[in-house]
Amino acid sequence: MSLKGKSALVTGGARGIGKAIALKLALNGADIIVNDVADIETMKNTVDEIKKLGVGCEALKADVSNESEVKDMVSYILEKYGKIDILINNAGITRDGLLVKMKESDWQLVMDVNLKGVFLCTKSVIRSMMSKRSGCIVNISSVVGITGNPGQANYSASKAGIIGFTKSAAKEVGSKGVRINAVAPGFIYTDMTDSLPEAVKSKFLENIPLGRYGEAEEVADVVLFLCEERSRYITGQTIPVDGGLAL
Amino acid sequence: MYFEKITEIIRDQLGLEDAKIERETSLMKDLEVDSLDAVEVIMKIEDEFDIEIPDEDINAFKNLGDIADYVKNKKEG
Ligand SMILES: NC(=O)c1ccc[n+]([C@@H]2O[C@H](COP(=O)([O-])OP(=O)(O)OC[C@H]3O[C@@H](n4cnc5c(N)ncnc54)[C@H](O)[C@@H]3O)[C@@H](O)[C@H]2O)c1
Repeated sequence: MSLKGKSALVTGGARGIGKAIALKLALNGADIIVNDVADIETMKNTVDEIKKLGVGCEALKADVSNESEVKDMVSYILEKYGKIDILINNAGITRDGLLVKMKESDWQLVMDVNLKGVFLCTKSVIRSMMSKRSGCIVNISSVVGITGNPGQANYSASKAGIIGFTKSAAKEVGSKGVRINAVAPGFIYTDMTDSLPEAVKSKFLENIPLGRYGEAEEVADVVLFLCEERSRYITGQTIPVDGGLAL
Repeated sequence: MYFEKITEIIRDQLGLEDAKIERETSLMKDLEVDSLDAVEVIMKIEDEFDIEIPDEDINAFKNLGDIADYVKNKKEG
C-alpha cells in the first residue's frame, strides 16, 4: 500500500493504458479521479471496477485541451480532496496520415489534446504541489516520440514535445519537491492500436527484440514505480516501456 | 498592514527570520531570491489576499513597497 492516503488524477483514464494505470495506483491504495471525455457508461464501469479495490474513486468529464474545463476540474478536486499528489497525463489521440496529405486540423487537434493537454493539466496542479513541497507527475509519451514513424508526423511531434516539456518542468520545480517523469510505451495492445492495419502491426512486431506486443499493465507497473517513494531520486526522465523497440 | 502581512509571508516562505526587510527592499536584488521563489511569494500573496496579479504588473514592481501599494489598491480600489 505504497500510495495510501494519496489522491491521483488520471487523464484519459476510462479505458486502455489510463485505466490500467488507475487500477494499478488504486491497488496500491491511492484514491483515484478518472478524467475522460468518454461516454457515461464507460466512465461508470471504470469507476465501479476501481471502487471494488476499496479506494475512493469518481469520474470527471473534462476535455484536457480546454483550459476552463481543466481549471474547473482541478479546482473541484482541490476543494474536495485538499490536494492532488499524483497527476498522470495519459489522455491522447491519433489522427494518422501521410504528411503530404495531412490536414492542418488533424495536426492541430493532436497537438491540442496530446501536448497542450499536458501543459494545461500540469499547470493547473503544479501550484498546489509546489506549495505542499511534494508531488509527482508522469506524462505518457510514446516510443514514436523518440524514433519517429511514417504516417504519424503530428502524433510523434506531440509525443516528442512531451519529452522536452517533462525535462524543462522537472528542472523548474525540482527544488520544490515535485518530480516529473515520462514513460514512452511501445506497441501496447489497446483500442488505439487495435484499429491499425495488420501489415503495420506485423511490421512493428519484427522490430521488437522481446518478440511480442506489450500490455497496458506493463506500462502501469513503471508508472507506479515513478509515483512511489523508491523512485525519489529520478526526475525529468523518459523511460521506454517498449520491449526494446526504440533501440 | 498590507506591508506587514507581505513581510510575514516572505519570512515564512523563504525562511528569512532575521533579514532586514523594508519597503525599499527588492526581493531579487536585496534578498537574492531566485525567479521561482519570487513567483512563489507572489502566489502566496495572491492566495492570502485573494487577488490575481498578472505578469505585466509583476514586472513593474521595484520593491516590496510597490507590492504592498499594489495589493492595497486592488483590495481597496
Ligand atoms: N496503445 C499504444 O500502443 C500506445 C503506445 C504509446 C503511447 N500510447 C499513449 O498512451 C496513452 C493512452 O493510450 P491508449 O492506447 O490507452 O488509448 P485509448 O484510445 O484506448 O485511450 C485514451 C483515452 O483518452 C481519452 N481522451 C481522448 N481525448 C481526450 C481529451 N481531450 N480529454 C480527456 N480524455 C481524452 C479517450 O476517451 C480514451 O478513454 C495515449 O497518450 C497514447 O498516445 C499508447
